[in-house]
Amino acid sequence: MTAEEQATTAEPARGENAMEQATMAEPAPGGRFGQFGGMFVPEPLVPACQELDRQFCSAWADPAFKAELDGLLADYAGRPSPVTECPNLSEELGLRLLLKREDLNHTGSHKINNVLGQALLARRMGKTRLVAETGAGQHGVATATAAALFGMECIVYMGAVDMERQALNVFRMRLLGAEVRAAETGSRTLKDAINEALRHWVAVVDSTHYCIGSVMGPHPYPWMVREFQRVVGDEARRQCAEILSGGAPDTVTAAVGGGSNAAGIFAGFVDTGAALVGVEPAGGAAIGRSVPGIVHGSRSYLMQDEWGQVLEASSISAGLDYPGVGPEHAHLAAVGRARYESVTDEEVVDAFGLLARTEGIIAALECAHALAWVARARRELAGTTVLLNLSGRGDKDVAQMMDLLE
Amino acid sequence: MTGRLEAALRARRDRGKCLVPYLTGGLGAGWLDAVEAVAAAGADAIEIGIPFSDPVMDGPTIQRANDRALGSGATPQSILQALSGADLGVPTAVMTYVNIAHHMGYERFAASLAAAGVSGCILPDLPLEEVDEWAEAAAAAGVETVLLAAPTAGDERLGRICARSRGFVYGVGLMGVTGVRAELAASAKVMAARLKAVTDRPVLVGVGVGTPAQAVDVCSAADGVVVGSAVVQRMLDDDGPEEVAGLVAEFRAALDAARP
Repeated sequence: MTAEEQATTAEPARGENAMEQATMAEPAPGGRFGQFGGMFVPEPLVPACQELDRQFCSAWADPAFKAELDGLLADYAGRPSPVTECPNLSEELGLRLLLKREDLNHTGSHKINNVLGQALLARRMGKTRLVAETGAGQHGVATATAAALFGMECIVYMGAVDMERQALNVFRMRLLGAEVRAAETGSRTLKDAINEALRHWVAVVDSTHYCIGSVMGPHPYPWMVREFQRVVGDEARRQCAEILSGGAPDTVTAAVGGGSNAAGIFAGFVDTGAALVGVEPAGGAAIGRSVPGIVHGSRSYLMQDEWGQVLEASSISAGLDYPGVGPEHAHLAAVGRARYESVTDEEVVDAFGLLARTEGIIAALECAHALAWVARARRELAGTTVLLNLSGRGDKDVAQMMDLLE
Repeated sequence: MTGRLEAALRARRDRGKCLVPYLTGGLGAGWLDAVEAVAAAGADAIEIGIPFSDPVMDGPTIQRANDRALGSGATPQSILQALSGADLGVPTAVMTYVNIAHHMGYERFAASLAAAGVSGCILPDLPLEEVDEWAEAAAAAGVETVLLAAPTAGDERLGRICARSRGFVYGVGLMGVTGVRAELAASAKVMAARLKAVTDRPVLVGVGVGTPAQAVDVCSAADGVVVGSAVVQRMLDDDGPEEVAGLVAEFRAALDAARP
């Protein structure tokens, strides 16, 4: 079934015009993005999610909360991040490439934007502990950083396989005072870390905020995390307007695992004419397969077998090793406002090297997915302007790449 | 209309306490023999787990059982097929996660439960706000949807859960995942009493009820218990059907002896 057919055969969204939702505004009641989203958690967690929804609504409408977050983003995280022209690579690809430099944030990726927001919210709610899951370790490092800053206890669940792949980030988290716990069940990667974090959270929900790292999970997380990440898109919109004499880029692209960096940058351009392109790893392309499912709190597209057992994703980048995708991305795909492509590990490795050689930027393997798509689609994109969310720096991946390339 | 599951539990409640053991479907070659033996050992109804790859409500014991059953090729179809040929004499309820039902399609899943003679269904990650679509499909097929109630809910929410639940109300005994604990949590009896105050439906407490003494204790407030991990542990230990049923008989004897 194509995306368009999916959209027309979908059950009707609850009392909402589905197209309205493609503006990336508030979700419909119950946390719905069209037919996706919701709050599919065990009953013991429902009151906590509902309370979080209330608290986020109140905080997000409170100028004092926003001012404090803006201050932290500026003085602690180093925002705004620049938009960089890529003259060398642009010439090579035959298009105009702009990079939104989230790699230059404190802790090295866009993850800090969301975490500072959630940590401030957790403090406002009187919580003293943060629990998080992490794949590549970037979200875990960011959460451990915020916990250190706010004097909170921090526990990070990480798949045992990922702990091996990203040993440096494990050490970073411990250095920051966090306790890193290995998820030893299932595929021992990100999805299992989320399972363990949920199991932990249910027992300590009074004292502890679950700081989810992407635009996934039960309502209000997909919406809240996108709102905390929209600073990326809002900044880039202003910066592009300056660079492009008031215009917007023709294409905005970003890598998609759960999809928080893509959601953040898409939010700034969804009401422009820019094409929005999310790029999934071939081995974790939930939208590419377009089979709906329910896991980890929301209905979205999900990689699963013929019986609904969740499949293990597999990609060269631990941060994208997730069989699902944020529900708003499923919705953007279903209504046709964004399109989603997938790239292979080989294309990613090539793109990683290409950016380093031509522009002197070592990118995280996650955002190298988006560049891999740009490189492949360069004929289609010839002569146009492409804004790519460079969501993180590649320091964490250098050892893995050395093993692979040498 | 009162379904078969609720009718059986109400009948037991009139003369004692309800005992509902949980067994993981497809766990070991003799799992169905264990189910039959447990039925004969004094269970009032039996929960059959259909294993799921990501059981977020379950602790280590049932996680292991899930992994092992899935690893040996168990599917919803193979489990339901086995159940449809069984003559247990007590009603069954399937417990699984919502994606299993969602993937098959709610109507088809509900129909396949009914065709297999299953009376009830428990989907722990399908809370009140999300349950309508499934519950309607289940009701149309004559399947009773049991809802969970937890200590974190206010009284108003508990009332709505009880009104929507069919078969019985599953009181979650503590804030945490399934598994045997050394002590019965103080929250278990509080949960039961709060539910009893708002519903006439049978109130059974599960999660953290792992020994006959804990079952007797919580039944001072509850109508009965669901016993999962303790039973499944015996299956994981490769005990035969007699040993699994033996544990259930111990629970039955303790609950009967404590009857006032």
